[in-house]
Amino acid sequence: MDIIRVKDLVKKFGSFVANDHLTFHVEEGEIFGFLGANGAGKTTVMRILCGLSAPTSGEIMVAGYNVYKEREKIKQNIGYMSQKFSLYEDLTVSENIRLYAGIYGMRKKEILNREDELLERLKMEEIKNKFIRDIPLGWRQKLAFSVAIFHQPRIVFLDEPTGGVDPITRRQFWEMIHEATKEGITVFVTTHYMDEAEYCDRVTIMVDGRIADLDTPRKLKEKYNAKNMNEVFLKLARKAKNGDDK
Amino acid sequence: MKRFLGFVRKEFRHIFRDPRTLGILFGLPVVMIVLFGYVVSSDVKDIRIAILDHSKDPTSREIVRKITSSGYFIYAGDLQSEKEIAEVFESGEAKIVLMFGQDFETRIKTESTASIRLVADASDANSAQLAVNYAQAIISSYFLSKSEEISLPWQINVKSRMMYNEELSGVYMVVPGLMALILILISALMTSVTIAREKEFGTMEPLLASPLKAIEIILGKVTPYVLLSFVNAVTIILLGVFVFHVPLVGSIALLLAESMLYITLSLSIGVFISAVSNTQQSAMMISMFGLMLPTILISGFIFPIENMPTILQWFSALMPVRWFIIIIKGIMLKGTGLAFVWKETLILLGMTLFFILMAVRRFKTRLE
Amino acid sequence: MSFVINNISKSYEETRALRDVSFETNEGELFGLIGPDGAGKTSLFRILATLIFPDEGDASVKGFDIRKDFREIRKILGYMPGRFSLYHDLSVKENLEFYATVFGTTIAENYDLIKDIYAHIEPFENRLAGKLSGGMKQKLALSCALIHRPDVLILDEPTTGVDAVSRKEFWDMLKRIQKEGITILVSTPYMDEAALCDRVGLIQHGKLLSVSKPGDLRFDEAMILYSFRCKSGIYEYLSKIRGLQGCSSAFLFGDEIHLLVNGKKEAEELERAIKGWNVPALSLKQITPGIEDYFMALMKSEKHDDLMSEEH
Repeated sequence: MDIIRVKDLVKKFGSFVANDHLTFHVEEGEIFGFLGANGAGKTTVMRILCGLSAPTSGEIMVAGYNVYKEREKIKQNIGYMSQKFSLYEDLTVSENIRLYAGIYGMRKKEILNREDELLERLKMEEIKNKFIRDIPLGWRQKLAFSVAIFHQPRIVFLDEPTGGVDPITRRQFWEMIHEATKEGITVFVTTHYMDEAEYCDRVTIMVDGRIADLDTPRKLKEKYNAKNMNEVFLKLARKAKNGDDK
Repeated sequence: MKRFLGFVRKEFRHIFRDPRTLGILFGLPVVMIVLFGYVVSSDVKDIRIAILDHSKDPTSREIVRKITSSGYFIYAGDLQSEKEIAEVFESGEAKIVLMFGQDFETRIKTESTASIRLVADASDANSAQLAVNYAQAIISSYFLSKSEEISLPWQINVKSRMMYNEELSGVYMVVPGLMALILILISALMTSVTIAREKEFGTMEPLLASPLKAIEIILGKVTPYVLLSFVNAVTIILLGVFVFHVPLVGSIALLLAESMLYITLSLSIGVFISAVSNTQQSAMMISMFGLMLPTILISGFIFPIENMPTILQWFSALMPVRWFIIIIKGIMLKGTGLAFVWKETLILLGMTLFFILMAVRRFKTRLE
Repeated sequence: MSFVINNISKSYEETRALRDVSFETNEGELFGLIGPDGAGKTSLFRILATLIFPDEGDASVKGFDIRKDFREIRKILGYMPGRFSLYHDLSVKENLEFYATVFGTTIAENYDLIKDIYAHIEPFENRLAGKLSGGMKQKLALSCALIHRPDVLILDEPTTGVDAVSRKEFWDMLKRIQKEGITILVSTPYMDEAALCDRVGLIQHGKLLSVSKPGDLRFDEAMILYSFRCKSGIYEYLSKIRGLQGCSSAFLFGDEIHLLVNGKKEAEELERAIKGWNVPALSLKQITPGIEDYFMALMKSEKHDDLMSEEH
């Protein structure tokens, strides 16, 4: 089943076309990678799918809801996390969890139970009363992801979730993402680390507001005769480079 | 020198490319002056006057008739007791109250002295003053016309009292006050924000790591604002003189020189504020609460210093505005020379040196 | 020697940003400092750029002491801080011009040095810097840091948040700048960029873990690294492999698993065990570790887990 369906999505800012007739779909339970150079239009797409920004035209359904009319319902069914903003630095670990759970209307008893369970799983019981600003970045990002899926959304959007994180934590983070998909959550993720593209079920490569290609990592590597996803990306992105920065 | 000019050029570009900065720099002073000026000098006509007549004799009634038929006043009713005065002022039914003591006429004739009192709502000080002046003039002319009929060596005391604002500050007072306020606001706020902005956006880091010295960075930042603030000062003076007819009796050169001193002081306060704040927001907050509010509230600009508690009076002595208002009022309204404002000038000079020293000392060419 | 760092330590309130860091760079070297966010890279660079003082230890740049001779250092240093420090309301050209005047020079005087880089953005000379793409901002910031022809260049995470294509171009530019005799100290969180440096220092939690040429990274004799590939279900195999005896760590690396084994005998047993699983399309072979394998192994041995107790 398709949990996200996008047909002919166009987004313009004045005369600038950020997204030029994008068509793709995301299957329920898959890890869908969204790669592209800076300014290729990744963030714009993510914002539209989250109901934060209205598309100029196109048919877009997220979790069965229409992005034009049912934004509030979409927001109830998604989780969101980005590298830049995820948790409140001046609140404690526990306060952050409860805050987000409360925002999504979870019951108090359920929150308390699941909070304990989460802290145990993350091995963060001892630091649950520490302020976010006092815990290392890697821990923060893991916690932020857990908070983003705490209300059991159907889709979680991750915008460069592992930027600047150390290599071990980065891998642990991806293992967490994989665990989440086992619970049926669909993951929509952007990243600048090309090795992480390999962990996705399918990968979209955006160039200049268009989809340059979309397939499984394995097929993309075969098609472009590349050793790894980095080569695939460089081949696709460089083709467009000459036309870039108009 | 080329380095310095390059810095100044960049600063001017920042200013002229930001509509908000331009608005605050040039729009705000003009708007404030015009607004304040007109509000304060609104034309005095049809003033609502209430009467509190304890004698109710022919003379008092005739005076009331003279006043209400003068065209300046509108009769707003009779009061029974003094307590009602505050009520009619608060409700706005009357702006001024004319009071006659008991046995007014008898006392004129027997004791050859009697009192009339005028109580005015002076929350709008200027119109209150004008109203009192008109009323006094009418009363005086009435007795002058009577003096031939009743040739008695009498004496009439017209006592007036300005409620809510016993110290008058009319348009003549407002323009110098506003000038002091606007200059310190713009100079200190704008410089502190522009320096804090470089820190916030991270552009200060390469500047600090460059061979530039602290004083070079400060001067580069401040010079454009010295020029622009000076333009502002001249604009305000011109507006005051030509639009609101505030007299400019004293030396223009002295006035401009004192303004430059005051601008320099404001700018060094601005640099000092920016040295202790790392974001535009905190620079703005410090400027607003640490500088602007006290400037408005306890500098004597709106509320008279004499009526403040002693502690606030001391604080008010720390406000540069207080001294600057005395200086420009002296120069503009009374035409005093440096001989009479040297003390205030010296205080401003001392403050300027203090803040420049503090600013340069606190402004480190490092990140901590 | 361009940068000499001796036993530098630095703390901010509770956090120990740098712990007894020492290393030296050679004349004209491209030295990479590699580590995740919060490892202490920025603090070290700020100390060398004479923007903050270390709590302990000393350092020099081209023989100038960072405390006494900071004015000399500021003349010969090009510094590009973590966030591209450009004036967004000034045009490309105005930014460059401004930095040139700050250092008492002109664009024309040193144009040949930045020509290769600046050529990419010259067509947009009159565009405001705030309207540039990430890659172009990065090139402009680098031009600004170079405009006074510095002897040494410090670049703090110049490739963070920049896409793979621009990153590659950026490193090509650094190589050319290096040929001009400029010593470059650069930090990055991307492990794959290590291979492009002459030497790299690995840093984590304020501690310098190692300094070496990228090709010289070697594990202990006894450690053997395997690459495991299969057709599908790699996560299931990952947890199975972690359960094996003798496996000291196993992590995903793209479409493979890298597993580290301690000892020859253990390696043979482990190989036998995995082959016994009859994995479809199995590929299991010994490989030489890359920088990321190396870094991860070092992190493990650096008490990764007692981090919290150490910091508080």
